[in-house]
Amino acid sequence: MTPVSSPHAHGARPVGRVMLLVMLALTPATLAGFWHFGWPAVTLWCVTILSAILAEAFAARMVDRSPMVMVADGSAILTGWLLALSLPPWAPWWVGALGSFFAVLVCKHAFGGLGQNLFNPAMGARVMLLISFPVEMTRWIEPQTGAMFTGFDPLAGLAITFGAQTPDAMTSASLLGHVKSEASRGIALSQSMTGHWDPMGFGLGQRAGSLGETSALLIAAGGVFLILQRIIGVRIPLAFLLGVALPAALAHLLAPDHYLPPLAHLLTGGVMLGAFFIATDYVTSPSTPLGQWIFGLGCGLLTWVIRTWGAYPEGVAFAVLLMNAAVPLIDRATRPRIFGRKRDGRSLSAS
Amino acid sequence: MLLAILSLSVLGITFGLLLGIAARFFHVERGGMEAEIEAMMPGTNCGQCGFPGCAGAASALVSGEAAPTCCPPGGLPLAEALALKLGVTLDAGAMQAQVPQIAEVREEICIGCTKCYKSCPTDAVLGAVKQIHAVIREACTGCAKCENVCPTGAIELKPVPVTLQTWVWPKPVSA
Amino acid sequence: MPFSTAPARSLLRRLFERWGAHPEGRKQLAAETEIATLPLPPQLILPLAQHIGAPARPLVQAGERVLRGQLLAEAQGMISAPLHAPTSGTIDGIGDVAVPHPSGLTGPAILLTPDGLDEAIPAESNDPFSLEPAEISRRVAAAGIVGMGGATFPAAVKLALGQKTRIPTLILNGGECEPYLTCDDRLMRERADEVIDGARIILRAIGGDEAMIGVEDNKPEAIAALRTAALRTAARDFAEVTVVPVPSRYPMGSEKQLITWLTGKEIPAEGRPADIGVMVQNVGTAAAIHRAIRFGEPLTRRIVTVSGGAIRTPRNLEVRIGTPLSALVEFCGGTTRPVARWVMGGPMMGLSIQSLDIPIIKGSGGVLALCEAEVAGRPEPGPCIRCASCVGACPIGLMPLEMAALIRNGDLKESVAIGLKDCIGCGTCSFVCPSQIPLVQYFNHAKGELAAQDRNKMKQDAIKQLVEARDARMEREAREKAEAAARRKAERERAKAAAAEAAAAKAAAAAATTPAKVEETTT
Repeated sequence: MTPVSSPHAHGARPVGRVMLLVMLALTPATLAGFWHFGWPAVTLWCVTILSAILAEAFAARMVDRSPMVMVADGSAILTGWLLALSLPPWAPWWVGALGSFFAVLVCKHAFGGLGQNLFNPAMGARVMLLISFPVEMTRWIEPQTGAMFTGFDPLAGLAITFGAQTPDAMTSASLLGHVKSEASRGIALSQSMTGHWDPMGFGLGQRAGSLGETSALLIAAGGVFLILQRIIGVRIPLAFLLGVALPAALAHLLAPDHYLPPLAHLLTGGVMLGAFFIATDYVTSPSTPLGQWIFGLGCGLLTWVIRTWGAYPEGVAFAVLLMNAAVPLIDRATRPRIFGRKRDGRSLSAS
Repeated sequence: MLLAILSLSVLGITFGLLLGIAARFFHVERGGMEAEIEAMMPGTNCGQCGFPGCAGAASALVSGEAAPTCCPPGGLPLAEALALKLGVTLDAGAMQAQVPQIAEVREEICIGCTKCYKSCPTDAVLGAVKQIHAVIREACTGCAKCENVCPTGAIELKPVPVTLQTWVWPKPVSA
Repeated sequence: MPFSTAPARSLLRRLFERWGAHPEGRKQLAAETEIATLPLPPQLILPLAQHIGAPARPLVQAGERVLRGQLLAEAQGMISAPLHAPTSGTIDGIGDVAVPHPSGLTGPAILLTPDGLDEAIPAESNDPFSLEPAEISRRVAAAGIVGMGGATFPAAVKLALGQKTRIPTLILNGGECEPYLTCDDRLMRERADEVIDGARIILRAIGGDEAMIGVEDNKPEAIAALRTAALRTAARDFAEVTVVPVPSRYPMGSEKQLITWLTGKEIPAEGRPADIGVMVQNVGTAAAIHRAIRFGEPLTRRIVTVSGGAIRTPRNLEVRIGTPLSALVEFCGGTTRPVARWVMGGPMMGLSIQSLDIPIIKGSGGVLALCEAEVAGRPEPGPCIRCASCVGACPIGLMPLEMAALIRNGDLKESVAIGLKDCIGCGTCSFVCPSQIPLVQYFNHAKGELAAQDRNKMKQDAIKQLVEARDARMEREAREKAEAAARRKAERERAKAAAAEAAAAKAAAAAATTPAKVEETTT
C-alpha cells in the first residue's frame, strides 16, 4: 500500500491554465498586428503555431508519451506564438516553420523537455533564423492599417506567405535599423530620426517592425494584466525596462545626437515583448528574488549595449540568451537566507 | 570555404592532441584507495563475495575485477558508496531486489550444538552447549556463515522486517 | 549595535516577507457549534507511543480493573511520557494494533474495555501558586501532558528548560492555521479561563515575565473571549497575559513563524526557542496543564474537529484518548457522499488513513472526510516548470525545486547542503505547485533515507568493533592455550628431570655400595 503524502489539498492554478492566460494577454497585440499587416501576418502566425504543435507531437512520440497530453499543456503553442510575434510579418512560411521546429525540438526537447531547457526556445530560434537568413529576417513592412479589410484579400495574403516576392514598395526600414545604418554613414540622430519617430504611432503599432513588436503599449497592457493575475512577478519586467532606460537616459543626456532617447528604446524593437513575455519565461529565468532583479537588469543593459555599439540593430534576443546562460550561476549565488541562519549558512547564535 | 574547413580541422586536431598529452602527463595516480575501500567493507570476512576476505574484495574492487554490488551484507547502501568512491556506474538492478537479511533461530529445531555460535564473526549468536541459541539482531550482518554450518537448519536468514522506527517514505515517481 | 533596529527590521520584514499561502479556511463547517461530549466507545485503544521519545512501559496486565486517571504505563527515560486510563474498566491486554502512522504498520497498545461507571481515582486539588516551579514540572510530567498541537513533545521537558535558564517570554499558540480545524478555536471561546490560568501556571514554572497568546485574526470571538477572561482574572501579582491577533496565513501556527512575528527574533537553526528566551505551548496544552495542576487530572481527553465536505454534521467533540475514529464519525452522522480521502489532522500536514479503526491519540486534532473536489488531486504530477512559486511560499527561505531535483537524482548530500534539514514539512510548497509535485514526500523520503544511512553507518562501525573484539578474543584464547600448553610441557619436563635426577641419585647411591661390580662392567 503506497501511502499518500500530505498536503491533501492544492491551491495553485494548473499549468495549462497559466499558459492560456498568457495567450490571452498576447491577444490584443496580436490582433493589432493582424490589423496593421493584413492576411500574410495571419497565415504566418497560423503556420508558425501549427509547426510548433507538430514538432511537440513528434517529440512526444519520440519519448513514448501521449502527444495529446503534451500539446495540451500549452507550452509549445505559446513558444510558437511568441516566435511568430518576433518574425517580420510578411516572412515566408518556411521561416516560421523552420523556426518553430528548431525552437521546440532543439531548444526545448533536446535539453530534456518541459522545465529542463537552459535557453529560451523562441529567442534561440529567432537568433538562428536571423543568423542564417538575414535578408528574410530584416525585411520590414510599412503597416497598412486596416489591411485585412481594405488591403489584400486572404488569397493574395497566402500568396505572399507561401511564395511570391514581397512588393518592394511595401518594405521599409524599422527605426532601429534606419538609425544604425544612418549612424554608420555618420549622419546624426537629429536628422535620421525626423519623420521616423512618432511615439504615439509606435505605441499603437503604426510603424514597421515585427508582428508583435510594433504595438508596444498593447504588449505592456498584456504584461500588466499578467502581473495583476500573479502569473509573472513585477521584478523581471521592471528590472528589464530600467536596465534599458537608465543607461539610455544617461547616454542621451551626455550626447543627445549620438544616442537614442530612452523612450525610443522602450517603444521600439522587442523591449516590451522581451520584458513582459520573453524574459519572464519561468524555465529560463532565475528562481530567487534577487536573482530576478539581476537577470532583468542584465537583459536590459545588454540590449542597450548591443543596440548602441553592436553590429545588429536589435539586441533583445541576444541579450536574453546571454543572460539565460548565466541563470544557473545567478541562482546559485543569490540563494535566499535560510531562517535561523546567517547568509553564509552558519546557524545564528543564541542571544 | 575551403580555408574555413581547413583551419577548423587543424584547430580541432591540434587541441585534440593537446588534450591527449595532458591526460597522459597530468594523470593523477590514486594510491591508498585499497585501504580506504577496505575500511568501508563490513570487515566480517564472510566470503560471500567470492574473494579472500574483505581485504581481497577491496583489491578486487580497485583493480576493477569486482563490481560495487559484490557485497551482500553491505547491501545497496554499500554498493552506492563504493560506486561513488570508485567513480563507476552502479547497475543496482539485481541488488534492488535483495532485501537485507538477518539470521533467526527456529527454536523447535535447535539442538544446542554451538557450531553457529562458534562460526559467527561478530558474536551475534548467543548460546551454550545444549542450550537453545538466539541471535542478537543488531549485531548480525547476514553473512550466512551460521546458516552454512548448522546441522539441523535451525538458523536461517530471513528478511529484516520494517518497523515503525525504520520505515521510510518511498521516493515519489516523477513525470 | 548602539541602538536597536528590531522594530524597524520587524516592520520591513512584515512588509517584504511574503512567505506562506492562503488555503481556503473552510472553518465555518464546524466552528459555530459548541463542543459536544462523545459517549464512551465499546473499547479504547491506547498506543504506548503517543509522544516524541521512548514509548511508555506498561505496568498493568490483562484482566486488571483500572480506574479513570490511573497510571497504565510509565515514562521511559528523559524524553518520554506516561499513559493514564481515560475511564474505568478492564484491561483486555497489550496487543499489536494499527496505529496512526503513514506506513500503516502496527505498534503496541493497551486495550481497555470501559465498564460504563467512569469511576475515577481520588485526585488532589492544588493552588498552583503555592507550588514550587520544579514541583509544577514534576506534576505536569506525571500527568502525561504532551504538546497537543500535534507535535506531542513532552511538555514537562520544555518546562524543565525554564529551570535551567530563566525564560522571560511565554507564547501560547492559538494560531490553528490549518483549514477545517477549529478545536483550538472552540476551546478558546468556551474555556478561555482554563487557557489563561494554564498560561499563568506555565509562567510560574519557567520564571517568565510575560505571556502572549497569538491568535489568527480569523478568530475574533476567540480573541474577545480570551481578553475578557484575562481581564477578569487579572490581579496585581499575576503576570500579564496579552492576546495578540496575527494575520491568517499558513503556516503562521508554526512555532518559528509565530515567534518571529510576535517578537521579531529568529530561533537559531541549530538551537531552540529557549535560546532566545521564548517558550511556545499550544493553547490546548495550557488548558491540560491547568486541569492537571488545579484538579490533579492527567491527560485523558481532548477536543477533536470532525469535518470535511463528506461529513453530515461537522462539529467539535470532546473525546477520550483511545476512542476509535469510527465512533467520532458515527456521532457526526456518518458520511453523505463518497469520501476521496480520510485524513487525520489537517489537510496540509495530516496523514492519510485507510481504516477508521485507529484511535484518537494525544496529538490528534482532527478527522477529515474529504470529497473529490476538496482534494483536487491530479492523477500524476507534472514536470517542474521552474515557476519558483515554491521559493516564494517557503517560510524558511529554502528552494524546494532545487532540493527536489537533487533528491530525484539521488544526490541527498547536496540537498542537505542547501538546507534540507531546516525544512519544517509544512507542505506550503506542494500546496502552491502548479504541477502538483509531491515536494514534501521528496523531503520526507530524503530525511528518512539519511536517517537510515546514519543507522547503517553506526551499525557498520559497531560490527567492525565486534569483529575486532572477537578476533582479539580468539587470539588471546589461542595464546593462553599455547601458554598453558607450554607451561604443562615445562611441568612435564621438570617432573621428568626431577624423576631422572631422583633415579640418578638412587643409582649413584646403589653404585656407592657396590663399586667393584660397576668397574668391571665398565672396562
